[in-house]
Amino acid sequence: MSGTPSRTRTDWTGFSTILIRETGRIVRIWGQTILPPAVTSTLYFVIFGSLIGRRVGQVGGHGYMQFIAPGLIMMSVIQNSYGNVVSSFFGAKFGKHIEELLVSPLPNWLIVLGYVMGGVIRGFLVGTVVTIVSLFFTRLGVAHPFAIVAAAVLTSLVFALGGFINAMFAKNFDQISWFPTFVLTPLTYLGGVFYSITMLPTWAFRASHLNPILYMVSAFRYGFLNTSDVDLRLAFGIMIAAAAGMFALAVILMNRGAGIRD
Amino acid sequence: MQALVLRQLTKIYKNGIKALQGIDLDVPQGDFFALLGPNGAGKTTAIGIVTSLVTKTSGTVEVFGHDLDRELEVAKSCIGVVPQEVNFNQFESVETIVVNQAGFYGIPRRLARQRAETYLKELQLWDRRHSTARSLSGGMKRRLMIARALMHKPELLILDEPTAGVDIEVRRSMWEFLRHLNAEGTTIILTTHYLEEAESLCRHVAIIDRGRIIERDSMANVLRKLQTETFVFNVRAALAAPPRIDGFPAKLGDDHTLEVEVAKGQSLNDIFAALSAQGIEVDSMRNKVNRLEELFIRLVDAGGRAEGAAK
Ligand SMILES: Nc1ncnc2c1ncn2[C@@H]1O[C@H](COP(=O)(O)OP(=O)(O)O)[C@@H](O)[C@H]1O
Ligand SMILES: [Mg+2]
Repeated sequence: MSGTPSRTRTDWTGFSTILIRETGRIVRIWGQTILPPAVTSTLYFVIFGSLIGRRVGQVGGHGYMQFIAPGLIMMSVIQNSYGNVVSSFFGAKFGKHIEELLVSPLPNWLIVLGYVMGGVIRGFLVGTVVTIVSLFFTRLGVAHPFAIVAAAVLTSLVFALGGFINAMFAKNFDQISWFPTFVLTPLTYLGGVFYSITMLPTWAFRASHLNPILYMVSAFRYGFLNTSDVDLRLAFGIMIAAAAGMFALAVILMNRGAGIRD
Repeated sequence: MQALVLRQLTKIYKNGIKALQGIDLDVPQGDFFALLGPNGAGKTTAIGIVTSLVTKTSGTVEVFGHDLDRELEVAKSCIGVVPQEVNFNQFESVETIVVNQAGFYGIPRRLARQRAETYLKELQLWDRRHSTARSLSGGMKRRLMIARALMHKPELLILDEPTAGVDIEVRRSMWEFLRHLNAEGTTIILTTHYLEEAESLCRHVAIIDRGRIIERDSMANVLRKLQTETFVFNVRAALAAPPRIDGFPAKLGDDHTLEVEVAKGQSLNDIFAALSAQGIEVDSMRNKVNRLEELFIRLVDAGGRAEGAAK
């Protein structure tokens, strides 16, 4: 805006500093960020995959363990992208260190993007850990690597943005746990992580199509298993539209400064 | 060049409190400037608007000629701010905090590390660079915020009550540091409710009370004004012109009242003597309280109480 040639470079330095700080935070508190999903996903694989899965048999032409593995990876990506941004940004608001960024010349959209990419980094790290865990229990072929990466990145963008928006509105810690408990977790469980929606009665099958998480999980699973419960173009269209719309909303909220600027 | 220009700056908070009622202020480049006022006067609000932490209701702000509404990013890079309350991440290390802050201002990481060493050494925090911020003492936290504010070498440093709650010794060394910084060319604005602090550091002062600037002058002039009292004499016979009273500036209120300025240490007897000599008879006399004086008394009271409480 100043017209100085180095504006882009200083912006990049600022943005990458947010990434360094967010990554530093993830690593510093790894016992809260990386370890829990590794533990819970192991439990899921043992209980649902090995013990119960043996009696379920095939789902959509695949072993049950193979079927739920992509779903569990995606579930951890969703929860962790979301959780990282909501707690980091709300913490910054609560502890007032968001002011370090507000006084700096970094534009608002880059602040949003910095926090959101922090969430994507956490989603990626945890997704990788859960993938490694899953390989102890099942074999995962890679049918469409591009679909895997695109679905994972887009999903984690959407939920990182969701975390940001939640943190913007939240006035206390209760208000950052409300959304994950009452919306995120139910939608994830009902989004075809543990079952194929073709197993559902007609009304539930139809209702499931209103659940955005269904599209994300299905697109991701398609990348591994080459089968999908939904139309893939629609799935990616929904993810791109959601990410773009939520990014715009987050920047608008940031510009207004509701809850962070008196 | 003015480092800071405020015009008709107004702030009404959502709860209806009028924290700033149209303030005008000019701070020249290179100045050491005090914004002095009691608690709740609007100092932090004014600083907040200048540093983009508070949204103004109306008015304009210019930093080195850059209007905040039109050239926000440039204006922001000219300012370093030390807030009244701690606002770093308590779980980060001292070095991380200052290096990251430089990054937010676009300073490359290598350069940021070098500067961190310089400033943390100058502010006696280098030995604690790996400690988490939360383990620092109050004075150290304040110094950490000063180091953080300097990382991008701002031309204007703003400190909001930098020495509140800091013990005397640390306060003195902080003053020394700020004086040195100002001598090197950094414009400094600090807010305080200690008159002593403004007096020993600042060249110019604006006094703010209830959202209004009630005085803006050199520190020396303000101190002189505080040293004088005005007495009002009601005289029996109408006066056409103020009488001459050696050593005491006098002026007429109306033709039956005479206002005389008296500096501390001067004797009222001299006035009575001069008036008797000129045949002017005094019916009654009272002390005219000016707002500055009134405020000064409140400041001294509050300061005294705060000092007392700290012991
Ligand atoms: N966030 C806020 N919301 C509502 N009122 C506020 C807020 N911050 C300050 N005020 C009020 O505005 C006035 C000025 O406060 P402030 O700028 O903090 O004064 P000072 O820094 O001089 O002590 C006070 O009456 C204070 O109560
Ligand atoms: Mg204040």
